[in-house]
Amino acid sequence: MALLEIRNVTRRFGDFTAVDNVSISIEAGEFFTLLGPSGCGKTTLLRMIAGFDLPDAGQILLDGKDMVGTPPEKRPIHTVFQSYALFPHMTVADNIAFPLKMAGTTPDEIKSRVREALDDVRLSNFGNRFPQELSGGQKQRVAFARGLVNRPRLLLLDEPLGALDAKLREEMQIELINLQKERGVTFVFITHAQNEALALSHRIAVMNQGKVEQLDEPSRIYGFPKNRFVADFIGKISIMNAQVLEAAPSHLTLSVAELGEVTAPSKEGIKVGDAGVLAIRPEQVRISHHAEEVELKNHFIGKVRGFLYVGDVTTYIVELPNGARIEALLPNSAPGRAKFFEAGDPVAVSWRHDAGTFLND
Amino acid sequence: MIKGNTKANRTAKWLVSGPPLLFLLVFFVAPSLIMLFTSLRFPGEFGGLAPIAAPAEAVHGEYGLTLETYQFFFSDILYAEIFLKSFAVAAASTLICLIMAYPLALLIARSEKRFRNLMVLLVVLPFASNFLIRIYAWMIILGPESVFSHFINALLGAFGIAPVTLLFSPFAVLVGMVYVHLPFMVLPLYTNLEKHDPALLDAAQDLGANAWQRFWRVTWPLSLPGVFSGAALVFIPVLGMFAVPDILGGTGDILIGNLIKDQFLGTRDWPFGSTLSIMLTLAVLAITALAAWFARPAAIPER
Ligand SMILES: Nc1ncnc2c1ncn2[C@@H]1O[C@H](COP(=O)(O)OP(=O)(O)OP(=O)(O)O)[C@@H](O)[C@H]1O
Ligand SMILES: [Mg+2]
Repeated sequence: MALLEIRNVTRRFGDFTAVDNVSISIEAGEFFTLLGPSGCGKTTLLRMIAGFDLPDAGQILLDGKDMVGTPPEKRPIHTVFQSYALFPHMTVADNIAFPLKMAGTTPDEIKSRVREALDDVRLSNFGNRFPQELSGGQKQRVAFARGLVNRPRLLLLDEPLGALDAKLREEMQIELINLQKERGVTFVFITHAQNEALALSHRIAVMNQGKVEQLDEPSRIYGFPKNRFVADFIGKISIMNAQVLEAAPSHLTLSVAELGEVTAPSKEGIKVGDAGVLAIRPEQVRISHHAEEVELKNHFIGKVRGFLYVGDVTTYIVELPNGARIEALLPNSAPGRAKFFEAGDPVAVSWRHDAGTFLND
Repeated sequence: MIKGNTKANRTAKWLVSGPPLLFLLVFFVAPSLIMLFTSLRFPGEFGGLAPIAAPAEAVHGEYGLTLETYQFFFSDILYAEIFLKSFAVAAASTLICLIMAYPLALLIARSEKRFRNLMVLLVVLPFASNFLIRIYAWMIILGPESVFSHFINALLGAFGIAPVTLLFSPFAVLVGMVYVHLPFMVLPLYTNLEKHDPALLDAAQDLGANAWQRFWRVTWPLSLPGVFSGAALVFIPVLGMFAVPDILGGTGDILIGNLIKDQFLGTRDWPFGSTLSIMLTLAVLAITALAAWFARPAAIPER
């Protein structure tokens, strides 16, 4: 049985549907992420799990038990808020002791558990400080310690790393993974940063306008986006209009306007004549100097329109004869090298027959 | 550049804070010094204050100063009693104001933003009408023939208790004091409570705190600065108030305020009146210092 089961949950504000018939089941020990653009209903869903809000329809079950009559203080679920919400009038140690005190833990036990929790987040010497005397990253770690100290069944994290700078964010991501592994607590993590979701999660639910668009492992979300929204939202991707010419069990043959035939991996439920788009990731596109026509599958000539140097890699934007633009990525492995091609260079782009995806919605 | 800047800043600071400082100097420090001087002098032949150049210097030493009034103050237990009673009334008024104002301030602070200003306006609305008129209105409300009195006595009668007179009693004084000073407690409490981050209450509830624990462990400690300023704004004026006991109190309900007013307007013993005022000021300063020490930032971090 799943630890947390969200069954057909809907939440409306007036005639606006913030969460629309969402069903998710989360297993014990999982690092589960809700990913989606701002306003897609992530926080609303999280608040319903925590008990601050109730679904208009559907159920939320923890260990198979409907949570509807259980107020937040009675749910074995803790939340790490984006603003941390540390109590400003309590020391770090008192903040961490708070959930233990509320649970009626004995003073001796509280003392040792708080010390342990402080050690876990590497703040052993900060117990007597007040929250306003800590840096952002330290506050964040206190919030984690406070959320975990009472060993909840489920820890909810609402964009906990949102306020940190990029470097600290990366450090905290690693710490978060370790904490989750050590404690074995199930995490439900909210973010709108796709790279964070990919790096941290066991599974991801991509949300849009209150609905779950795709629920899968990170590599499948990235490699096999189910529809245009997911493809577009996660990572970079080039998109071209296409129509299905042949739907074989092993592959699809697509016709791309003014370009010709393209082979793509087969996909269930696709029929000949279906219209949609071909989506392909920049790192799957090979780019080379050979600019003559070759009779190869998925091989086209084009012109470099521009490039984007970001340090480790450079992304080249190549314009194909049909006017479509496709991005290709090359790592700058040679020191000091920033680019291999200049704008205007004639180049060839190609990709494997099993790269790319056909999306019909 | 930076140096010039700070210098300009300093000048600006003085320009802005100068006039109010000057005002305080002229209208607070100077009168206080005059009062101190007066308390060390003696009354004139027909009351008030003896002329500075009076021949009494022969009697009272080279500078014509005396500690007589202070001796008088400490020699009669009556004055200490009135002081104590006044402090008791002030403390009781403060406590009742706090108990009544806290829920109200909490209600305003937690209601929708667009209603808050209207509610604050309603709290201060009584100030729109004259203070004395409002106190006299209480005379009617508490009077023996009022609906309120009849109701209270009917209620007491139902329990077999003899009827009581509400007006001209310590009860009436307390009612008046609380009524007059309630807004001074509501406003600082509201200002404080309104700033509380609602996420803290969510966090407390999320971590297992029930409604009472959320109040006692989060809202209350964070509101202490507001409680202390509200308490000061009620306690200190109640101590000096003479109109309320004058109008609503009985003959035995004299407080420090009445005593001081009497020395100046009745008995016309200005030096003794000044002495009483100074003793009151000192007592208030001591209490304020004590409160400030309890409310010091180290004891209650503001944020
Ligand atoms: N109490 C409320 N009353 C009315 N509308 C609300 C309420 N709470 C949320 N909404 C609306 O529901 C939608 C989803 O909000 P939610 O806070 O869940 O988004 P989110 O996915 O968490 O976004 P973000 O990433 O910006 O935090 C938003 O359009 C928001 O305006
Ligand atoms: Mg949110």
